[in-house]
Amino acid sequence: MTTVLTRTTTTGLLELEGLTKSYGTRRVLDDVSFRVEPGRLTGFVGGNGAGKTTTMRIVLGVLGADGGSVRLGGHDVAAADRRHFGYMPEERGLYPKMKVLEQVAYLARLHGFGKADASARGEALLVELGLGERLHDTIESLSLGNQQRAQIAAALVHDPEVLILDEPFSGLDPLAVDVVAGVLQTRAAQGSSILFSSHQLDVVERLCDDLVIIAGGTIRASGSREELRAQHSSPRYELVSDADAGWIRSEPGITVVDFERGTAVFDADSPDDAQRVLRTALQHGVVHAFTPQRPSLAQIFKEVIQ
Amino acid sequence: MSTSTTPSTGGLSVGNGVFLVAEREIGSKLRSKAFLISTGILLLIALAGVLIGGFMSKNTTETAVAVTSETAPAVHGLPGLKLTEVADTTAAEKLVREGKVEAALIPAPGDTSFGFEIVALKSAPSSLQSMFAKTPKVTLLAPDTTNPLLRYLVAIGFGVVFLMAASTFGATMAQSVVEEKSTRVVELLLAAIPARVLLAGKVIGNTVLAMAQILALAAIAVVGLIVTGQNAVLEGLGSPLVWFAVFFLFGFVLLASLFAAAGAMVSRQEDIGSTTMPITMLVMAPYFLVIFLNDNPVAMTILSYIPFSAPVAMPVRLFVGEAQWWEPLVSLVILLVSCVVAILVAAKIYENSLLRMGGRVKLSEALKG
Repeated sequence: MTTVLTRTTTTGLLELEGLTKSYGTRRVLDDVSFRVEPGRLTGFVGGNGAGKTTTMRIVLGVLGADGGSVRLGGHDVAAADRRHFGYMPEERGLYPKMKVLEQVAYLARLHGFGKADASARGEALLVELGLGERLHDTIESLSLGNQQRAQIAAALVHDPEVLILDEPFSGLDPLAVDVVAGVLQTRAAQGSSILFSSHQLDVVERLCDDLVIIAGGTIRASGSREELRAQHSSPRYELVSDADAGWIRSEPGITVVDFERGTAVFDADSPDDAQRVLRTALQHGVVHAFTPQRPSLAQIFKEVIQ
Repeated sequence: MSTSTTPSTGGLSVGNGVFLVAEREIGSKLRSKAFLISTGILLLIALAGVLIGGFMSKNTTETAVAVTSETAPAVHGLPGLKLTEVADTTAAEKLVREGKVEAALIPAPGDTSFGFEIVALKSAPSSLQSMFAKTPKVTLLAPDTTNPLLRYLVAIGFGVVFLMAASTFGATMAQSVVEEKSTRVVELLLAAIPARVLLAGKVIGNTVLAMAQILALAAIAVVGLIVTGQNAVLEGLGSPLVWFAVFFLFGFVLLASLFAAAGAMVSRQEDIGSTTMPITMLVMAPYFLVIFLNDNPVAMTILSYIPFSAPVAMPVRLFVGEAQWWEPLVSLVILLVSCVVAILVAAKIYENSLLRMGGRVKLSEALKG
């Protein structure tokens, strides 16, 4: 073999199928299957010890699975495919005494970029991530949040087709979260497949296109964010009107959940029942809001991991 | 910025990968103050040693020489000599044997150029010999092959240099492997290059640094010896020095590979000792064996063929003139073969252990597959 890096084109679709992994007698992954599609941000959520990091390590080949397969663009991921991956490990680490830009450029060069190109890419990316003024400082002199940004730059600098990011937002302040989120969205728009885990459900909710929920080593739900919401939304509506809404209680097919003067939250047996309530409400007075209630990610999460 | 679906680069060859890793190893080392300071101190010690040795040899007290009435005029008035005039050759030799004088100048009618010759017990005092434009014939009454003190000093010299360079750079090597493991940089590195390329780059980078240090030491020794006029020592040391450098090169590659493998088996700096200990012993053992056994020709011959001790033992044997011309070549071949074997074994351990975090990886598991 004369070259270590020969880029092959792949479609970038990452498929996990039936992954299992045990540590001794403890099964940490059980039949884990999901897809990470190109051009989309896939959020990977689950409690501590649910199996997120183990799954990501197996995808990266850092850890071997006991069973199942990981496919990229339709074929099993081989060692040579790993150059298409960008990875941000759960436990962060770069060379502590190396300068930020030098380090990022070094990783780009290991991925086959020329010296000048690697440096230019590294610099552009670090500037994008807000580290433009710290390019020539050593990693160990940076704050944790800035080390995190450098780590993200290290995962992105070679333009990977697949990004596997373990808790990319932990330890970042809200502004930095926005910066990093912006960078990831740009990458997704350019066609990368991105899988990221997070404890911050609000960030995941805002950012991700697709969602995978894992608990106890099994996938409890996966699909597009909207699909999951639709699946898990009960037929619940909120009505806000000028008039007292007490009459709703006597409507057939309607169960009132919460009520206070002109505001009522109710479940409808069918969409038609809900529409009838709206029409009636308009007859009683001015309606300020009539909103089908969508469950938040936090609610879905709690529901599916039970 | 290009899109990720149309990567703009071709490929990175194995050679380029190794070069990049080696370049980073050397660069980060050269920027470490601790490394620069310790190298500076080492070079200063070497320089001081050579200079002090030079001054001491110049400041030696007068050489006691026995002369007869016939030979006294030949050295009369020369500085640094304490002359004792005796009746005849027999009396002069008696003084030499008793150790009262270091040498005797006795008449030698057959010697046309001098008309006298030097008699000494084990070796002729160089201070006396150097006083003559040409060396008069020397007769040793109880000849010894080499000065035992010098042999001891040379053994210690080679031993210390090898021990220090090998253990310093070996430990650094293991630490840098563990640093990459403990900071998880290795997970990023292995996403880009194969483990073997990483290992090769690290071994080569550290070998270049270690060799540079050895060559700087050798240069200082040579220049120091010339400046202080110890040319006689230099002449004897020249060829062993070259051989030492050659043996060191391969001996170090052998050790560095093993240190890297040992480092890969643990995940924390605190645990390094547990896996590098056996290799540290391998580095220390020949040093002590060569120093303690340097006057035992059989032991030295054996040591000069064992890969771990050959870099010290063979140059010492060459220095004292005990080794045949072909012996260093045979020993070098043995060293080369063991070097290749060690690299293969180390690469296997390294590849199998590098991504295994947590506790110490068992040797049997590291060698599997």
